[in-house]
Amino acid sequence: MNRQLYEKLIFDYSRPGRRGFFFNEGNAQMPSLPDGLLRQTPPQLPEVDEPTVVRHYNNQSTNNFGVDTGFYPLGSCTMKYNPKVNDLLASDPGFAAIHPKQPTATMQGALKLYYELQQSLSEIGGMSEFTLNPYAGAHGELTGLMVIHAFHDHNKDFARTKVLVPNSAHGTNPASAAVCGYEVVEVNSLPDGTVDVDDLRSKLDNTVAAMMMTNPNTVGMFEKHIPEIAEAVHAAGALLYYDGANLNPMLGIARPGDMGFDVMHINLHKTFSTPHGGGGPGAGPVGVRKGLEQFLPAPRVVKLADSSFDIDQHNDTALGRISSNLGNYAVLIRAWAYILTMGCDGLAHVGPLATLNANYVMHRLKDLYLLPIPGPCKHEFVFDGLIDKSTGVTTLNIAKRLLDMGFHAPTIYFPLLFHESLMIEPTETESLDTLDTFCDAMRQIAVEAIDSPEVVKEAPHLTPAVRPDDTEAALHPIVTYSELCNQ
Amino acid sequence: MSHRYFPHTAEDVQHMLDLCGAKSILDLYADVPEQLRLNRDYNLPKAQDEQQVRRQFAALSNSNLACFAGAGAYAHFCPAVIDSIVSRSEYLTSYTPYQSEISQGTLQYIFEYQSMLAQLTAMDICNASMYDGATATAEAMIMAVNATRKRRRALISATLNPDVIEVMRTYARYHRIDIDIIPEANGITDLCALDNLLQKGDVAAVVLPQPNYYGIIEDLSGVADKVHAAKALLVINAPASPLAVIRPAGEWGADIAVGDAQSLGMPLSVGGPYLGYMCCTKALMRKIPGRIVGATTDKKGQRTFVLTLQAREQHIRREKATSNICSNQGVMTLRAAIYLSLLGYEGLRQVNAISADKAHRLADALCATGKAHLAFPDKPFLNEFALDLDGISAHQLIDALIDKNILAGVAIDHNRILVAATECCSEEDINTYVSTLSNL
Repeated sequence: MNRQLYEKLIFDYSRPGRRGFFFNEGNAQMPSLPDGLLRQTPPQLPEVDEPTVVRHYNNQSTNNFGVDTGFYPLGSCTMKYNPKVNDLLASDPGFAAIHPKQPTATMQGALKLYYELQQSLSEIGGMSEFTLNPYAGAHGELTGLMVIHAFHDHNKDFARTKVLVPNSAHGTNPASAAVCGYEVVEVNSLPDGTVDVDDLRSKLDNTVAAMMMTNPNTVGMFEKHIPEIAEAVHAAGALLYYDGANLNPMLGIARPGDMGFDVMHINLHKTFSTPHGGGGPGAGPVGVRKGLEQFLPAPRVVKLADSSFDIDQHNDTALGRISSNLGNYAVLIRAWAYILTMGCDGLAHVGPLATLNANYVMHRLKDLYLLPIPGPCKHEFVFDGLIDKSTGVTTLNIAKRLLDMGFHAPTIYFPLLFHESLMIEPTETESLDTLDTFCDAMRQIAVEAIDSPEVVKEAPHLTPAVRPDDTEAALHPIVTYSELCNQ
Repeated sequence: MSHRYFPHTAEDVQHMLDLCGAKSILDLYADVPEQLRLNRDYNLPKAQDEQQVRRQFAALSNSNLACFAGAGAYAHFCPAVIDSIVSRSEYLTSYTPYQSEISQGTLQYIFEYQSMLAQLTAMDICNASMYDGATATAEAMIMAVNATRKRRRALISATLNPDVIEVMRTYARYHRIDIDIIPEANGITDLCALDNLLQKGDVAAVVLPQPNYYGIIEDLSGVADKVHAAKALLVINAPASPLAVIRPAGEWGADIAVGDAQSLGMPLSVGGPYLGYMCCTKALMRKIPGRIVGATTDKKGQRTFVLTLQAREQHIRREKATSNICSNQGVMTLRAAIYLSLLGYEGLRQVNAISADKAHRLADALCATGKAHLAFPDKPFLNEFALDLDGISAHQLIDALIDKNILAGVAIDHNRILVAATECCSEEDINTYVSTLSNL
């Protein structure tokens, strides 16, 4: 990563008359349209030549930190290596040129891929069927909750207005429940971070539609009472939802379906190695157990008796449509390439090695950082800041100091169970050498926090930008170039 | 356990286990009850090498049709610069730019994208993007409900893309919003019917397409005033590219502009990933869902960018957030920013002129065969039109042209087909299209 800030915007290079394109047919005449339907004022778009565009975006990229730059121990985000062959296959013109509405006879290969990925995820999740249409983890959550809503509606069970969410859950869980029209009720956690089963029982009745959980949970602990939880939830007539954010450590070990979950989503951009792309596109396929398939959204890819594939476009499934087409297809290509490359023999070791890496880092640091919940952890764990907080060095300071040392920061101030949460997830694709270098850096920061706390408190020192003023940004929002010019 | 994505040697594993005080990795899973364990391999093929994987994919990807299909997804040309830049792993393998100090690359291009889309739609502001045009439109409906103090009705034109309407219906059902469809009259929104529906009150949003599903550019003069008089918000759904030439949402007086920006440098790719855009007036800025990037300065006084107005978002507000969305379409916004940088206004105008010119010439030639006529002959269109076939079905035409490696369009019903042209359609393709219909 370039330590120098590349400050320019593409608009800064704009000069009237510069062009980054050439169309041989550029003199084509617009058909005549009534004046009132035409644009009145031209948009102010940059005018730049092609070399300038290329150099600008290349330079801009050098201020970014990615998985290919260095270690990214971001808890709950599963920043594993993104294989390059997957990107190559995703941009294959043989897929890229397929229009979503073209006759299914002309896209059999693409549908076969969708179908086989759907079946593989069903096997991995222990589910009956998946839809690959949801565009992201949050979209998967929403879709999964809609499936649950459709199920209860189908049974004329209209009294179920609540969704239970552990108080350790990510903010997206309650937000998804609210968008789906549900009231959110929090379930308490025990001191070890797992669900308080007694509190859960006291909140379960015939007004509860579902309980949403990750397993392992956000502090990296396996919810070992899951059979009991599933039984209680089902006894109340509610369904159990598996948020796949933390599926990675379970690969090769156990399946959500076998744990008693009815509906789940998988973040392909976490467990199945597709790139995060600075925020997207990801994919959040949703799986259901036997008996719930009819509530999955349209369109569905189906296999016909003659082994050909078709798209079932009809919208009278109980749920309807949550996307125009078959989801973020190019992301699905990458996930399928990952599964083929890993094979059942490779996938079996993903969870165990991710868990080993997390435990190793935890053990190397727990004498200096406060471990509120003793291990063993699964794919991630949470420190509650430094053990010695006497110099006032905070989790935010530690995170920013790590940026100086060539690492991305861990997830900070989440989960909300602790004041100084520092959540670390190394993933299975990091080597012992990388983990040791990271642990050495963390140990150095702990020493600095005592010997020269100002160095840590004023970090970062070496990044392209240094502590941008977030407060000013929110107080006087400037969100477009024209606002920036009129400032 | 040796695999090319695992760096662990047997010695590494032993060393790590020793430090953890565990005998085997499975000791670390002692808390997983025995009856829940898989204790077998997944029923999936064994690992394949890269050549095998690539061969398997080569057998699946073989489509190669000249595309006259649209209906929301358009085969516009994507300059090579786009793929070259977005493959840079600094962009591709980064996470959401929460750590702004080491994410200025992502934050800058999102700011550029926001600026460009606000210009294109003639709106004040733009968010960091939504999943696709359909979900963006559904979210705009929910945003309008939240912004109008919980009015519960949405009026949606029957001329909006039916897939978009279906997605809106799904969101509305569970969000307890009542949808009324504004009927269609001769291919366009029946504005008299809109008046009547507005009079019933409790309307949060009026959602109109531009151009509509049939490719028709609707005259929305005076609509914004009526909608605002009823204290509702006007939402206009439009594909992004044509906004260079047709009157954009801001010039119609809309409050929220949404749609798909796939037409700005994204391949068709079996339907995704595409790019939903959402823009709005400054007055609605704090009601918009999703991420927004804002400009600020850092400690050294440098112009820098950060994610801002996060108090709207789920990781802060949980169930009270404006939406559950916690991502954007990331590199798809980068594609759009690069595309618009290369083309600028003049290039985008030319793309639309070339596409519209081809569509109009194709429409004329198809009608001249005597085997088809425009479904709505007196209505203005740009690069897409609905064609009624005489004596043959839409599927017969589609099948006949598939044999010539041409995708004729999207069947609307038995003998009506939606046809779109772009700058990628060659004169030879157009001639083949016309002669094939002529000979049917």
